[in-house]
Amino acid sequence: MPTIDLRNISNFICRAISLKILSGELLVLLGPTGSGKTTLLNIISGLTPYKGSVLFDDEPIDKISVGRRGIGYLFQNLALFPHLDVRSNIIYGLLIKKLGQDQIEARLDEMCNLLSIRHLMGRYPKDLSGGERQRVALARAIAPSPRILMLDEPFNSLDVKTRKYLRIEFRNIIKKLGITTIFVTHDFKEAEEMGDRLAVIDCGKLEQVATPQEIFFSPNGDKVANFLGSPNIFDCDNYEALGNGLVKASCEGLTIITVWEGGKLNKIAISPEDIYVSRNEPPGPSINRFRGTIVEEVSHNSMVTIKIRTKTKDILARIRREDLIAENLTTGSDVFFILPLRSLKGA
Amino acid sequence: MNKLKSLKPGWGILPIATFLAVWEMVARLNLFPGHFFFPPFSTVVVEFYHLTANGVLGENFLSSLVRVLIGFSAGSFAGLIIGVVMGWKEFINKGLSPIISLIYPIPALGWLPLLMLWIGINEMLPIAIIFICSFFPVCYNTATGVRSVDRNFVQASRMLGASEFRILATVALPLAIPTIFTGLRLESGMAWRVIIAAEMVAIPTGIGALLMKAESLIRVDIIIVCLMVLSVMCLSFEKFFIYMEHKLTGKWR
Repeated sequence: MPTIDLRNISNFICRAISLKILSGELLVLLGPTGSGKTTLLNIISGLTPYKGSVLFDDEPIDKISVGRRGIGYLFQNLALFPHLDVRSNIIYGLLIKKLGQDQIEARLDEMCNLLSIRHLMGRYPKDLSGGERQRVALARAIAPSPRILMLDEPFNSLDVKTRKYLRIEFRNIIKKLGITTIFVTHDFKEAEEMGDRLAVIDCGKLEQVATPQEIFFSPNGDKVANFLGSPNIFDCDNYEALGNGLVKASCEGLTIITVWEGGKLNKIAISPEDIYVSRNEPPGPSINRFRGTIVEEVSHNSMVTIKIRTKTKDILARIRREDLIAENLTTGSDVFFILPLRSLKGA
Repeated sequence: MNKLKSLKPGWGILPIATFLAVWEMVARLNLFPGHFFFPPFSTVVVEFYHLTANGVLGENFLSSLVRVLIGFSAGSFAGLIIGVVMGWKEFINKGLSPIISLIYPIPALGWLPLLMLWIGINEMLPIAIIFICSFFPVCYNTATGVRSVDRNFVQASRMLGASEFRILATVALPLAIPTIFTGLRLESGMAWRVIIAAEMVAIPTGIGALLMKAESLIRVDIIIVCLMVLSVMCLSFEKFFIYMEHKLTGKWR
């Protein structure tokens, strides 16, 4: 599978983007709405004009037409042809490649096995559930054996449960096929689960390219940190293993128990929205439970970010406005907060 | 079982039967002044039988039908081709759209005096009128239908390697069918209305001409027979296109 090399790419949104994607890598383009993620995909696929150069395996493909670049593209709205049944949708690209009937049937069979969609063959897109539509769209994109796969926020319209399930399934399939892939999302959790590396893009500019862990713990500037939701990062002085993959760490005056099976634990991080806050002492053992005082409130539509001051560190938590009102939390309130074990990340 | 069900008369037959019964009663009881101007339904049926039996109705109906079929098919086909090209290629649309927008609002019968001078009063005249009546709406609807196909489908097809022709034939045209058929359906009924008017004014044969002869002979029963034939034909043509549209798109819409 080819490497993708973007050299100084610019157009009406993108500004001097240079990026190298390795062979077989799953790179996630992460950024807010309107940041230029889809535009960059369209540039690579040839759907949008641009300046600069796109190379596959060091060969410039700028003059190669859209259909000849060997790209499988999963559109945001999937764009399954509504007038064709599932079978006809999947073999659409195979018919264009003028494969023999035997080859088409063999490839269709492969797709059915890979994505477990054999039972959907005679159905039309309108009769498919959200998850089934995603599977069929992926089958159509990869059936012609593309060299590169691009997925533009394909799970946007799905419920949280199906999304999570499909993320894992899609990643496994992509890794099994070994296709160089670019996955676009605005959701850090999705990016973290899907990507080998993340490329954070904002206002058409590439802000940071690194592993999910590197980006979470060492965001390159305020833009990236704000986009990630300004995670709370604790520097750890020492820690001791508790067995079963758990460690007890002493971090900036707080004793935190977390899941950790790596080497040396230097830092622990948690997103503000993963922290539970309550006015009354929460029930259960006093593990990862702390006390503090709200010193600041900042509203963003239906959510409120509060700063909780402990003796040693200020913690950011993000809660729904209705919960803030229900718990009668205001600046100056003493509160309890919990750092859930499974939401903590170590580095 | 389903076929049997579809053969059973629906509830729609009841108001029609009531209407015909009231008509018969009002005419028989002379409740409407001037018996000659308001014959009972049974007299119309008898006249329909006579006209059919002596071949007058069949001959005139066939003349009108052939004109409608030729004019409508040619006009629709030309409208479809030009509409597809306009909908697919923006520069052609920009070139033709102002001209078509200017000519489209002219009522089909407005062309009659001009065509009488250009073509003369012969068999081509009603065909030309129907051609014009069908061409513009079908062209306009087809162009709109092709142009309004979601660009994502076109791009998806292009990404899979399809040529422009294949995208047009396998994606844009099938997805434009509902809009195209709206134009065909409306204009198929309109073609019958126009042919009758053209025959009444200028042509000595056809249902329209029969209507004019019946008027001069004060044969209201024949006029009503002609109007009923016209009504059935308009309805049948429209129903045919509804059926065809359903046949082509029913599975995926």
